Amino acid sequence: MSLRGKAAIVGAALAGCGEAHGKSSMEITIEAAYGALADAGIALGEVDAIATCQPLDMLSGLTLAQELGLNPKFTMNNRMGGSSFLSHTLWAAMLLELRLADTVLICYGSNQRTASGKLMTALGLPTYEAPYKPMFPLSSYALAADRHMTQFGTTREQLADVAVAARAWAQKNPEAFIRDPLTREDVIASRLVSDPLRVRDCCLVTDGGGAIVMRRAETAKDHPKPPVYLLGGGEGTTHRDISEMADLTVTGAAQSGAAAMTMAGVKPADIDVVQLYDAFTINVILFLEDLGFCKKGEGGAFVENGGIAPGGHLPVNTNGGGLSCVHPGMYGIFTLVEAVRQLRGEAGDRQIAGAELALAHGNGGVLSSQVTNILGTDTAL
Amino acid sequence: MAVITLDSEMTDLKNGPGPDAVFAAKLAEGVFEIQKCGGCGAYIFHPRVICPTCGSANLGWITPTGHGTVYARTIVRRKPERGGDYNVVLVDLDEGVRMMSRVDGIANEEIVAGLKVTAAIGEGADGEPAVVFRPEGGAL
Repeated sequence: MSLRGKAAIVGAALAGCGEAHGKSSMEITIEAAYGALADAGIALGEVDAIATCQPLDMLSGLTLAQELGLNPKFTMNNRMGGSSFLSHTLWAAMLLELRLADTVLICYGSNQRTASGKLMTALGLPTYEAPYKPMFPLSSYALAADRHMTQFGTTREQLADVAVAARAWAQKNPEAFIRDPLTREDVIASRLVSDPLRVRDCCLVTDGGGAIVMRRAETAKDHPKPPVYLLGGGEGTTHRDISEMADLTVTGAAQSGAAAMTMAGVKPADIDVVQLYDAFTINVILFLEDLGFCKKGEGGAFVENGGIAPGGHLPVNTNGGGLSCVHPGMYGIFTLVEAVRQLRGEAGDRQIAGAELALAHGNGGVLSSQVTNILGTDTAL
Repeated sequence: MAVITLDSEMTDLKNGPGPDAVFAAKLAEGVFEIQKCGGCGAYIFHPRVICPTCGSANLGWITPTGHGTVYARTIVRRKPERGGDYNVVLVDLDEGVRMMSRVDGIANEEIVAGLKVTAAIGEGADGEPAVVFRPEGGAL
């Protein structure tokens, strides 16, 4: 039995992106959830399964049920970091297909920018890494970038071009947090934080929330907006701590992407638009390679000189990504919302004409968890 | 993965203290040891309850050669008044296991992947005993 096309996203919304003064993380989450239900034309009381994962609240699924005033049949609180929401969609599809639930709400929110000004996390350093005081999580990604540069000759300029492309997309998105011009030279001149990564290689620290609502495909057209079908999904978990990652140049996206594309019956060349969790510039290069958009070691050349910018050979992170649009700590939900907007044709100046197939990809931990979703329109079903 | 059938392996699991505490106690005495699997012979770091290669709980302790190679390096940038820059590395020991550490006795910028290093007992960020490295042949 395959989950291909069995469930669809029928509602999606963002809330509190940028700065949400005076709001708690759960309040932003509820606002996003309410927006997604309104978008779907579904009453709150119809929700019978919920999923969330929040930075500081270990029991956030329970808090969500409480604050929504619901007594759901299923409460999912799977914590895999920023990839969690792309895993929640797979569990949602299973619940729907087995008719254990009829309406699944997946949502997230964080006030980390206005509350703390930095990444909020409940995580401490691993026992065998703490004595060396790596920056969490930045130094882990810096080590991966250093290794990629050593092994494949990936350049400082190529890393910078990932950030430049994200900013160029953000300039087309009125909801993006930073829309000032950004050049390769600006990135390379920005402050070093953990070599080789500089400030402009790092995602933003913003507030924000996102939510989606999923239903069975058979009723997915009974809603105001065109349904976005879940065509494939897969996961890969390779480690928890960067010192335990077997090869810093190969992520679990190789496994998750292959599983997702096999289920969907598509190949990388079929994908019209790509949303990747770009916590750091190196992530995009690694994931493009591991997902099969280019060969291992050639990700740098792939992104160079506007390769993934507007007008390039593959549109990646059309909202501006975590680097320039929004990054409230666990970005995965935003890859889904932007994919939905592109597939509905709602993306305004950044719309990819005729987009029928989208790939959304989440990263959790320190390149530890990788989860891929393939989404498509009615035409792609 | 091995099927767990041997009573001796269950006994290995139940006997305390756990490998984290054993490693820490050895390190506090100035001894750096890693585990070796009695099932498949694989060397293991960090310390674990079961072998990640074959699943055996029959793990013993050995003294590694201390020789290793830098796999990747970053430099954490800190203002001088906050202690200044320091390096964080991943080192592959000759036994085939990887660990996070720091290389002392060499400029941060001169540490590159492929650098041969030797283990020593030094201090971690809070003054605790920690395995650190120095360039092979260099003085600490």
